[in-house]
Parts: sequence; structure tokens; C-alpha cells
Amino acid sequence: MVTVNIDGKNVEVLEETSILKAAESAGIWIPTLCYSELFEPYGVCRLCTVEVIRGKRSRLVTSCNYPVREGLTVLTNSDKVKWIRKLIMELTYSRWPNVPVVKDMAAALGVSEPRFKSLEQDLAPDACILCGNCVNICRDVVKASVLSFEGIGIGRKVVLPYNEQSETCIVCGACAQVCPTGHIKIKSLEKERGALQDWYLGPKTAINIPTFQAVPRVPIIDEKSCIKMQTGGCGVCSTYCEPEAINYEAKDEEIEIEVGQILITTGYQTIDLKQMPQYGYGRLDDVYSSLEFEHMLNSTGPTGGTILCKDGSEPRAVGIVHCIGSRDENFHKYCSRVCCMYALKFAHLVKDRTPAEVYQFYIDMRAFGKGYEEFYKRLLDEGVNMIRGKVAEISEGYLNNGDKPYLNIKCEDTLIGKFREIPVDMVILCPAIEPQFDASNIKKIFSISQSPDKFFLERHPKLDPVSTMTDGVFIAGCAQGPKDIPDSVAQASAAAARILSLISLGEVAVDPIKAEVMDEYCSGCRMCNSLCPYSAISFQEEKKISYINDMLCKGCGTCVSACPASAIIGKGFTDKQILAELEGILSV
Amino acid sequence: MEQEEKEFNPKIVAFLCNWCTYTGADLAGVSRLKSSPCVRIIRVMCSGRVDPSFVIKAFKQGADGVFIGGCHIGDCHYSEGNYKTLRRVEFMKIFLEEFGIDPRRLRLEWISASEGDKYAATTLDFEKQIRELGPIQLVEV
Repeated sequence: MVTVNIDGKNVEVLEETSILKAAESAGIWIPTLCYSELFEPYGVCRLCTVEVIRGKRSRLVTSCNYPVREGLTVLTNSDKVKWIRKLIMELTYSRWPNVPVVKDMAAALGVSEPRFKSLEQDLAPDACILCGNCVNICRDVVKASVLSFEGIGIGRKVVLPYNEQSETCIVCGACAQVCPTGHIKIKSLEKERGALQDWYLGPKTAINIPTFQAVPRVPIIDEKSCIKMQTGGCGVCSTYCEPEAINYEAKDEEIEIEVGQILITTGYQTIDLKQMPQYGYGRLDDVYSSLEFEHMLNSTGPTGGTILCKDGSEPRAVGIVHCIGSRDENFHKYCSRVCCMYALKFAHLVKDRTPAEVYQFYIDMRAFGKGYEEFYKRLLDEGVNMIRGKVAEISEGYLNNGDKPYLNIKCEDTLIGKFREIPVDMVILCPAIEPQFDASNIKKIFSISQSPDKFFLERHPKLDPVSTMTDGVFIAGCAQGPKDIPDSVAQASAAAARILSLISLGEVAVDPIKAEVMDEYCSGCRMCNSLCPYSAISFQEEKKISYINDMLCKGCGTCVSACPASAIIGKGFTDKQILAELEGILSV
Repeated sequence: MEQEEKEFNPKIVAFLCNWCTYTGADLAGVSRLKSSPCVRIIRVMCSGRVDPSFVIKAFKQGADGVFIGGCHIGDCHYSEGNYKTLRRVEFMKIFLEEFGIDPRRLRLEWISASEGDKYAATTLDFEKQIRELGPIQLVEV
């Protein structure tokens, strides 16, 4: 520890502390323009100049990078310091008179009109003030070293290598973040970086909690945006994490767990709306999928729950289109069940939060649950325009008076028997619910079946909707078919109850339909060994006959019919039994 | 004396796999679809259980047609059983012809559990074909 005297106060600090920090700990303010906690002090703005007295000598030094020493005396507000500070401020102000941080600092230091006129005066409010923050952070924290200074004296400026967009720049946005004037701008980041396909009205950090209602409410790190994972630099988040919970090395782990029963609730995905270019998704601004609109409506979303078009204006009219990809010969013939109700919910919320007109384009209104029909009636009273007909195309339209472009919905109104074109500012599409992209992989792993629409097949559509044909494997929720939350909860509870009832038994009755090799008849030809898809048949070297593991055997009977000596018995479906059946049914 | 022509009612034996075709036939029934009344079903766990000797026995005991139904290729409940069936039926058609039985009397069809309508349509079509072929004429040796 070292004791220094600042403005008459004795301050005790660690060795190598800068005067600036020592003064801060004593509650004394020293002005700075180029200082930041994130990297080593640069000492370029010179505003933090203080007077340092050691013995009989007095010097003016920059306090941000001058380390304290025992017996040091510092004056932060002497006449000499005040004079030099004012001069530096005037010089700075004369060069950049419109930059807010400079203006504010000048006001704080009592400088209103600079006496000088700079040859390099830059009137822009976002001018570069050569503080070097961007260069320093890129070099020291991000460890990419993309930006640097070029030129000397009055010609000094910050540049990219060869004045071109650099490959080494990982577009982390750190430079834009630390720039005090907003001179550095980063072009649209979200499409290139980050897995979340959201649009954000502002930058998002590489470590973030995806939504405020996430379960578990734990941040994730987006590998592509994280500086540490790209260049090995930064790592600032782990220095702030007290329980040291951040592990950059964490990799996916494969864990093996032994279980007796499996419940598959792998859910759904929505149809890719880009397959239907006539609706303008991904092509036109303000055409949203229902999930994107849901995100907008959420108070933790990018607009805080306000309904806004991409340009920030309130929509004058909103079109909500049902059945995109559902009830469609070209995509999915089935009805996705949940869309009518959430589309009505959207209509209600739009009416509630904006003065916009709402147009609902539907084929049939499926309001099947408790209170659903009543909710639909309520919307009719609220003045939502219901148009029964499919939408042919959504295109851009322009009014003659030079107003902003609108979205033109071409549709058929079957109730009045006419084609209509409806101008709106925003379109919300209700995409079909389809099985997850990897449903056929899951099906193979658990040996369950899929119905023709590729959702998992239940054992019986009416009497057993949560079991599958395979014992011990259950399905629930949208993996079995499109359904809403109350129905998913009901199915999940049913499946859980079934599983628990089996667990509580302690032991499980196994299917007796298995194959068995009759030792006396087996000739050891081993033809059956390679036939079994479950590898249940092995060859016993000592006895020179084949043997079936009846825990692995699933009783398909392929080996039974293949055995040339008829040495394998298929219990429950023996040759004798089947031939007896044959005789019986052909005798009539 | 004129022999009264007995009305020909084909006897079709169907070996149906439990998981797919048998369930599909069940669905056809539950859906009240019209399927052939001439089909007599024997359930097996997998179409791969069907031994060629069953087919021969069936014809020998008076069946006019034999129908084997299994899961679609790639969808076998036991993963590969239906591939074996496919091989065997190809082979069976060849030696049925050697034995003087029209190979069209043996049909293999992949019908899944939700294709009740396909089951109904297939059985009706098979019955029609057997009617055209007439009752089976076995050669006594």
C-alpha cells in the first residue's frame, strides 16, 4: 500500500494504481475523454492532466497512466491545472464543436467559445475524436487488432487495413460500443451472426437469455458472435460471473441412461413459408409468421409489446391469413387445429393496442373448445372484418399521393362472390404445423410408426392415443398430431399416468411371442444368424448350434420361416398353429 | 343330366402382418369400408414369417388365391422382415409357374396401418382378378 496526498487529502491505495483511480477512490473527479475501464489507459486526450509535486519539482502529467509513488503530492485543481485543462478543452472543442461528449465536457469545464479556429474543424456531431477507444479495445480485449491509427499530427486518423472491409474483423461490434461519438457504425449483424432468426431493433450481446420467459432462465453463448470463441480474446463475462458458472470449453456430451419406458414429446415445427413466395414472406417487409408476431406482441420482445411496422410506424391495417400450408392439396391436407384461435387472438390484440383495421382471411372458423365460439362472436362485435376466402397473392402497392408503400392482399371473398384487393400495412401468416424434421430418425431409433402425415402413430386413434405399437414407448403432444395447450397437457398427463402405473408394478410382463431354437434339430448351418435385425441369434461354438437371446428377440418370425430344418419354434405362431388355421379356414 | 353350375366364390387366404396390414384391415372395418368377403385372414407378426410352404399348402387345400400383406418397404416394424418377404415372393412366383399354378394367384402388397381404403380396394381388385382366372385347377400326380 502506498500513501499519496491528493489536494491535501491523504489517500492510501495499492501500488501501481494510477492517480486517476486514486483520486476516484477519494471522491475527487478528474475529467477524461479517452479513458475506459476495459483497456489500458491511453493518455491521448490529455484532459486528465494534473500537477504532480515530488520534492521541489512540479510537473504536469496525465493522471490516467501515471502510477502513484510513496510520498507523491498531487494537485488536481491548482491554477496551473485549471489553465492547462481549459487550453486543452478549447483546442479539442475548436476541432469538434458539435460532438455531444465534447460539448458536455466543455460546459463542465466552463468553456463556451473556443478562442481558436482549427484548420481541421469537423462539424459533424458524430465526428471521430481520435480517442483511440476502438483501436484499444480491438487490440486488447477482442484481440483481433483490426483498427489502428494512421498518419501523424493533424493528419492522424483511425483506419481499417488498406481502407477496406477486413477479413480479420469478426464484426463483434465492440468498437461501435465503446466509441463515444457514434462515429463507428456496424451494418446489419443479425442475418450473418447468431442462430436466432429474430430481428432486433438494436444490438444483442453474444451471451444472452433468449427470452425473458425462458425455462431455465440461464444465458446461452452464441458461438458465432462470441469474441472468446472466435479469437480467444475478451472473456469479460466470466470475470463478472461470481459463481464462475461460465465454461467456454463446454462441449456436447453423450450420456447413457438405462430406462424402462420412454415418452416421446418431440413437438412440431412450422412449415417453411419461403416455399410459398406468393405470400411475400422473406421478400416483403412486414409479412410475418405467427411466431414472429407473437414475439413482437410479448412485452419482453423487441418492441416491448407495441405493434409496429419495420419502419417504426403504426400499421393502419393488418391482414391475418389462415391456413398457409394446411388444408392444402399441395402441402398438407390436414387442419393444423390451433391457428384459427390464435389468429383470432391476434385480431383482438391488434384491435386492443392499435386503431388499425383488421382483416381475417379464413376458410372455416374452427372454434372448437370451451369459450372459443363466444370469443369469436366477441370479435365480430369488435368490428374485425372476416373474409371467407383464400388469399391468392400479396404484393406491394403504391398510392398516387406518394404515401409509403402498402401491402396489397389479393383474395376471393366467397360470401359476396367477388375478388377483392385489400391494402394493409402488415400481414400475419398462420403456417401449418408439421412434424419435426427428424421425425423419421426418431421413429427408427424407437421403432415406432408414422401415420401418412408423418406424425407418430398412436396405438388406436380413439381408444389409445398415447401409446404406440411398441411396448414401453409412449407419445404425447404435437408429436402425435397438431393440438393446442389444453389437449397437450391432457395427453401428457395420460401418458405419465400410464408410465407410472407400470413403474409402480415393479416388474413388467414381457410379450411371450419369441423364437426358440430346438437344440436337437439345429444343424448349425447358421443361416438364421444374419437374418435377425435385432442380432438376437448367436452361434454357440461349443455346442455348434445357434442360440436365440429371448430378451433381444422381438418375435417377428423371420428366422422361423427361413430355417431349412424347421428347427426354430415361433411361440404363438408355430408352423403347426398356422397350418391348422389354414386347414380350418379352407374347409368351409 | 345338366350339371348345375355352382356359383364360384373364390377362396382367398390372406397372410397379414400384425402391425401394418392387419391393423389397416381393422381400420377398413371400423371405417365401414366395403372389402372383399372372400378374403380369409391369417394374422402373423411379420410378413417375414410367411413360409413359402404355407403358400403351397394353401393352394393345395383349395385356396384360389393367396394374398400377403406387409408394411411398406423401409417401414417394417421389425426393420427388415418385409425385405425377406419380397425376395421369397419373387422366388415363389417362379416356382408356382413350374407347378402349373398361375403366378397371378399370389399377390404381395404393402399396406400400412392407416391405409384402410387401400386394403379394401386391393382385396376387391384381387377378388375380381381371381374371378377372372377362375377356380384353381390342381394337377393330380
